Amino acid sequence: MKSPDATAPGKGQAPPGGTMSAGATEELISGSEAIAHACRLADVDVITAYPIRPYDTVMQYVAQMIANGAFDCEFIVAESEHSQFEIVKHASAVGARVFAGSSGVGWFYAFEALAVTAGLRLPLVAMVGNRALDDPGAFGVEHNDALAVRDLGWLLAWVETAQEALDTALIAYRVAEDARVFLPCAISCDGAFLTHSQSIVKVPDAAAVRAFLPPYRRGEKQLHPDNPITIAPQVNEDWLMEIRRQSDLAMRRASQVLLEAYADFGARFGRGGDPFIEAYHMDDAEVALVGMGTLAMPVKVAVRKLRQQGRKVGFVRVRWFRPFPTEALQAALGGVRTVGVIDRDYGFGSAFHSGVLANEVRAALYPLQRRPGVVSFVAGLGGREVTTDHVMALADRLWDTAADKASEQETHWIDVRE
Amino acid sequence: MSIGTVEVIYRGVFQKTLAKNLCRGVVFAARKEGKIGIAFGRYGDSPERNGIPAKQFAVVADTEEELQEYLSRYEPNNNDVTIVADDTLCKGVESWAWSGLQPVNKLLRPGGTLLVVSTQPPGALLRDIHRRETPYQLAIVPGAASFSGMFVFKDDHTDVRLLGALARVAPHIVTLPSIGEAIAEQWKNDFKVTSAKQAHDATEASPVAAGQGGGLPLRSYDLPGSSRMTEGLVIRALPARGGDGGLDGGFTPGRSATFKKFSTRTLRPVIDFATCKKCTLCWLQCPDTSFNITAEGLYDVDLEACSGCGVCEAVCPVKDCIVMVNEAAFDDNASPWAAWRQDARSYATWRAGKLAARAPRAHGFHHPGQYAAESAPSQVRR
Repeated sequence: MKSPDATAPGKGQAPPGGTMSAGATEELISGSEAIAHACRLADVDVITAYPIRPYDTVMQYVAQMIANGAFDCEFIVAESEHSQFEIVKHASAVGARVFAGSSGVGWFYAFEALAVTAGLRLPLVAMVGNRALDDPGAFGVEHNDALAVRDLGWLLAWVETAQEALDTALIAYRVAEDARVFLPCAISCDGAFLTHSQSIVKVPDAAAVRAFLPPYRRGEKQLHPDNPITIAPQVNEDWLMEIRRQSDLAMRRASQVLLEAYADFGARFGRGGDPFIEAYHMDDAEVALVGMGTLAMPVKVAVRKLRQQGRKVGFVRVRWFRPFPTEALQAALGGVRTVGVIDRDYGFGSAFHSGVLANEVRAALYPLQRRPGVVSFVAGLGGREVTTDHVMALADRLWDTAADKASEQETHWIDVRE
Repeated sequence: MSIGTVEVIYRGVFQKTLAKNLCRGVVFAARKEGKIGIAFGRYGDSPERNGIPAKQFAVVADTEEELQEYLSRYEPNNNDVTIVADDTLCKGVESWAWSGLQPVNKLLRPGGTLLVVSTQPPGALLRDIHRRETPYQLAIVPGAASFSGMFVFKDDHTDVRLLGALARVAPHIVTLPSIGEAIAEQWKNDFKVTSAKQAHDATEASPVAAGQGGGLPLRSYDLPGSSRMTEGLVIRALPARGGDGGLDGGFTPGRSATFKKFSTRTLRPVIDFATCKKCTLCWLQCPDTSFNITAEGLYDVDLEACSGCGVCEAVCPVKDCIVMVNEAAFDDNASPWAAWRQDARSYATWRAGKLAARAPRAHGFHHPGQYAAESAPSQVRR
């Protein structure tokens, strides 16, 4: 779908999400293909691949672009995810812009490499096509795969649309490769709903992206014969705490760098918005729902339907899970009576047996003088559809909960056969 | 404010590109009218097994908000049009990923249109299509099912002919001019635009009343709750022996009571029990264990278990003892051996008729067929 400007505008509205920058094209592509376009536009130097569904669609599109002569990079199909992520780690250390991706237990097979990449402060940008962890073998979306790296120094984003996947990947390179940050970043795309669904996406042109995204410069940290250094030493207890503190401070600085990057991206491309959260009908909300990823679609429909019934409900979509948007959530949710957090993940044995997001939200809201009740919902595991009706039903509980604090002490599983 | 949804039911792998072209074509055409849209496959069908019924969808809308309802769904269930890319799918759709035959018109909204690529007349299709409680329209795009070898797209214009027909039966989703514009832009082929227009002009829908139709028996399945499932992902094996199945001392292997494979089938084996040498090869080589042993040592096929792969025909050493015939020529899954034993002479006549009338098929174990010559209109029996 090239040059949409050449077609006569019809009765409908402008395509969603901002304006078209000069040289941009409009494409009917999946979230995975959008990520592949981002790799091309960011002129990534080294991409490693190992197939696992649903991420593997990204490697297919990357390979296709290379075969078609549209993209030039070192494309290495490794013999396992562990090697896949080790290779890009090393390539990043010598100054290459790198990309890799995986899903579910494939991501877990790379876990050692994932940990050291963050420890070495190497700005790999990865795509996680969210998938339930085996066993049982299942292809549908759960968020536990990407969430597993949440405390290791990875920046973590969840996106709602293919357009947001493309934009976030470009922003991710700018933030991860900023010398104030130098942390790896994973962009989570819900399996099926994002990775395998095609929608209309505005693909910016390469020159505009180059103006937004400076080259990756590792400076004195670059492993190179002209810059003799060693990295990844063995240390004892007299060193490690300071090294962890460095990562802690880098993650704290990432929030500011994200703000700057989104502001610049918005100025150039007319898209972006608040980096940390999307607040939907929150201005006068009495109760609020919170969630991540494509879950936002049925929730937004439900919010509109509930509002038509006069029920003041809003929705906050968490866009970046790391750094966690603590202040943004305090500001957005501090005024509501009850918050319902919908997790597409599980936290067996956690506080209240809640999902990961719910307990993070609870922690973020705890210091508030007047804190809303937080009710935890687990829904949509293994890719089960979360329907508008489910969301409307669970939202009902939030008004009940205002009178019943006991509801906050348990976690509600939605649409499960008991 | 308006929304349009199109469901495409097709044969996995063989028709994947066809379905993709259709769904993307709908969105491209709608875009010409200023609408927005999405195209997606039913995720549980992928990775596709060859020949298994699979689905893709296109949804177009005036606004992003309308589209949001469909952005995290597997199967929209109130479709304006259901396109059936192979008429043997009219017998029903059973995915490899879960049990249960789904009528081909199940997710079609009341008054919607079922658009079938077929060489059969409507009456023959309605014997296969399950009856339902609400009326709908049936339209036929004349032609043999577009198949090629595995992963090979056969560019025989079935995609654009269906797009043209779609504009005829559902102009509120896409109009013919926008279909033409989209085809010219995407394929850069005026001949395909002409094909779309011809199909548009030739397509006519006829009403199907509530309760009209036929269809093979549907089973319902109980999905147990978590408290009733064995923990640890333990699944009990089927018994090796499934009883004699009315074979008077013969042998029927244990088979799943819930998952049946026959909706994958586009060809079925027609067996000549009179010439069978009882060599056991069909029984041994069948990948779906679909043969039963009769008391006299013949091999009967369980047509609910047979996926129509054609291996039995390939390994049978007797000429024309097993012949694969287009599934469209049959209305039930009854035991051929039982029919033969009841009246061998009638069976022989019936078998000869099926073999004589069989249409060429362009896929299957014996039919790589990328270049099989076909002229669709001449095959139409009206």
